[in-house]
Amino acid sequence: MDWRDTGILLSTKKHGETSLILDVFTPGHGRHAGVLRGGTSRKLAPHLQPGAQLDLAWRARLEDHIGSYTAEPQRSRAAAALGDRVALAGLNAVTALLAFCLPEREPHPALYQRSEVLLDLLDRPDLWPLAYLQWELALLDEMGFGLDLTSCAVTGATEGLAFVSPKTGRAVTSIAAGDWADRLLPLPPILLGQGEAEDTEILDALATTGFFMENRLAPDLRDKPLPAARSALITRLRARAAG
Amino acid sequence: MIRNSSPIDRLIDLMARLPGLGPRSARRAVLHLIRKRAHLLTPLAEAMTEVAQTARECLNCGNVGTSDICPICTDEARANGLLCVVEEVADLWAMERSGTFKGRYHVLGGTLSALDNVGPEDLRIPQLLRRIGAENVTEVILALNATIDGQTTAHYIADQLEPQGIALSSLAQGVPIGGELDYLDDGTITAALNARKRL
Repeated sequence: MDWRDTGILLSTKKHGETSLILDVFTPGHGRHAGVLRGGTSRKLAPHLQPGAQLDLAWRARLEDHIGSYTAEPQRSRAAAALGDRVALAGLNAVTALLAFCLPEREPHPALYQRSEVLLDLLDRPDLWPLAYLQWELALLDEMGFGLDLTSCAVTGATEGLAFVSPKTGRAVTSIAAGDWADRLLPLPPILLGQGEAEDTEILDALATTGFFMENRLAPDLRDKPLPAARSALITRLRARAAG
Repeated sequence: MIRNSSPIDRLIDLMARLPGLGPRSARRAVLHLIRKRAHLLTPLAEAMTEVAQTARECLNCGNVGTSDICPICTDEARANGLLCVVEEVADLWAMERSGTFKGRYHVLGGTLSALDNVGPEDLRIPQLLRRIGAENVTEVILALNATIDGQTTAHYIADQLEPQGIALSSLAQGVPIGGELDYLDDGTITAALNARKRL
């Protein structure tokens, strides 16, 4: 069994003295692990930082074996992130969430494309938070917990949408919400593609997506808490918004 | 055929667990030690026994020495307000080999890692914060590895220390001495370009 693909490195784990187990996200084979012999060498180790883009060849005797990789670095994203606190927290959040959410060996090509674009924007602090928010929406969608914000779940109206139902993930207008408004989640205009992409707006929207990640997605996976890297990113964005 | 119960076999088994050694190289090393019994094996055994009895972690900085407080921490000449934070004892020893740094150290014992569930309490970060006030530290040098985990930890420590108004610095990143550009990864070249200096 063998294949060749490109991939985003999510994490590495030491295997013996000189080898690593790579956890990568590829467009054609999804999240896929494999052993990289000599991965701790001085030549390879600097390239094997989370977020790195790798050209991968995987080989195993049987398909269900972990198999071994040969990896060639295509581009590093660590340099863009190491010096910037928000970018570094963002890189950690994206790789940790992908490793947390994705099942092994199940292709998610659309999410892969979005992830690659998002990580390539790390050196654009003006664009990155909004791109991250859209990526979280795509991640929820891909995992089966997508928000439907096109029309009101009660009246079908497309104007005046102001809340999100925590049960269904559907939008609700303020009129339809009535007395139930305090039980619904806020729907910041940024989630509808409206308004300025200020950090405070994005933080409000991330609170809503965070609710679905924490209360719908995480319990459905392994009932473990969301990776701390996401809350660390929120803290960083909050500090930036506060100036 | 080697039997599994003899002291020699036990020694080979133990040596084979050392980094860089496998069963075959452990056998060669043990054979060499036996041949050089007087010059190597006996002194080595004595030294290992002594280290096993005396080696301990410095209560102050986390360095490994033979007393509760290591010689670096007790050296008054090093109480110059500079504190260098490193990940592991091996990093402290590497810094000491350079002979350039004349302040004190603090060994964290690892890095923060969300994937491996390593939080600040699992490292020696609370002890670091206590030392800052107790030892009149004026500058903290974050000499952590230029990896994602290393720099995430550096930023976390910087967040904790910034309100105290202490000068914070980190090691420069760029072209190593004797390094050839053609062999450098693009991240290092980017870092080197960003940190270029006027000649």
